[in-house]
Amino acid sequence: MDDFRTGKHISQQYSDELNEIKNHLLTMGGLVEQQLEKASIALVEGDTKLINEVYKEGSQVNALEKLIDEESAQCLARRQPAAGDLRLIVTVIKAVSDIERVGDQAERLARFASQLAEHPRPKNNYHEVYQLAQHVQKMFHDALDAYARGDEELALNVIADDVNVDYEYEAIMRQHITYMMEDPRSINSSLDVLWAIRALERIGDHACNICEYLVYLVKGQDIRHSKNISV
Amino acid sequence: MNFNKEDVAISITDLNLKYEGKMALQNISLQIPKNKVTAFIGPSGCGKSTLLRCFNRMNDLISYCNVQGKIIIDDQDIYSKSVNVADLRRKVGMVFQQPNPFPKSIYENVAYGLRLQGLKNRLLLDEVVEKSLRNAALWDEVKDRLHENALGLSGGQQQRLVIARAIAIEPEILLLDEPASALDPTATLKIEELIYELKQSYTIIIVTHNMQQAGRVSDYTAFMNMGTMVEFSNTRSLFTNPREKQTEDYITGRYG
Repeated sequence: MDDFRTGKHISQQYSDELNEIKNHLLTMGGLVEQQLEKASIALVEGDTKLINEVYKEGSQVNALEKLIDEESAQCLARRQPAAGDLRLIVTVIKAVSDIERVGDQAERLARFASQLAEHPRPKNNYHEVYQLAQHVQKMFHDALDAYARGDEELALNVIADDVNVDYEYEAIMRQHITYMMEDPRSINSSLDVLWAIRALERIGDHACNICEYLVYLVKGQDIRHSKNISV
Repeated sequence: MNFNKEDVAISITDLNLKYEGKMALQNISLQIPKNKVTAFIGPSGCGKSTLLRCFNRMNDLISYCNVQGKIIIDDQDIYSKSVNVADLRRKVGMVFQQPNPFPKSIYENVAYGLRLQGLKNRLLLDEVVEKSLRNAALWDEVKDRLHENALGLSGGQQQRLVIARAIAIEPEILLLDEPASALDPTATLKIEELIYELKQSYTIIIVTHNMQQAGRVSDYTAFMNMGTMVEFSNTRSLFTNPREKQTEDYITGRYG
């Protein structure tokens, strides 16, 4: 089906090509979303089966990344896209690398999940980490959703939400620094938690980047690195 | 877009043009900036060539063409009765889609306009011919055969020769009507490179069907449709983020 942003070209084939690129991007986003969800569950439950699935999906994500880059380069070379079509290709090329990095961070989470599984677990089962993970999952999901629908309002909400992720990240960090000072035996597991929440915080940043690209796609306005965003 | 008065080469106000009562241009108001390249794009029959031909009154040659409105060049309305059309065309040179060298030598083609003006001094003629051919990026290719027939040149060379002929009389404005559409990609790139060089000294207006070419060579782009000026803005923003949906549909190849 023709998308509002890719369709209606005199050349139907061109519309099809742009649709295909966009669909591949969203498929890749969906896969990374799964990776992130599985890695987050693995983090609190120590489930090694899930951890392996995260790694396996990583290679699918990488293959899609290469495919989308190739399709975008072909489109630039052969179609010389302009205006909205050009902005679509430029934002796809940028979004694809952010999505791929979210996938990498999910794999890092999986690695920390397997390391944490070797330590005794705290009573709350890293509930605060799981909450942060759910928060960034929602941000990432909304970023992809906004991109799929061309919804710049949703994108701006995601960007505005990032500061809350930063607060949660700092709170968990402080908490675990306290644990480490109180009980040096917790240093190993706390360090893994710190690395894990760092990865989660980065995922929030990538979600924001994707939202910034979407605003450029829809409005032609570059809002990166601006303090007061008005669209 | 508004420019400072001293930066404007042509100022067009409420221009209307009819061919036998049929409106070909409607209420065009536009300022063409000096020493810049302005491209006119739009579908066939949108009026871009008609508008271009208004700037040196080539439309006067069509008896059923009626022009109303103002076109100011050098503080003078070019459609006022006192204007000498030959003087105007000396000031506003033109190059067409098909290269049209005269069936004379390369040298005589370039010297033609000067001879018409009564210039006879051989040394001065030599000087201007060389300078014009150099500026048209053709000198190195023809310097050893200046007195051969110009029709023996390739299409791309002929087009550069015609540009040399146009700039030999030092116009202020150069009108290019699809100057590269009959040329191969290499010759096209040479013409485009030439346009870039020439804008240091001339105001250039180019009509082209090739949007990528408009994007490559121009500083400003005007998109026309059905005799109206839909959008005029700097090329940088028009090709990435046009204001009007009609423009977007046209440059991305959509049906409106």
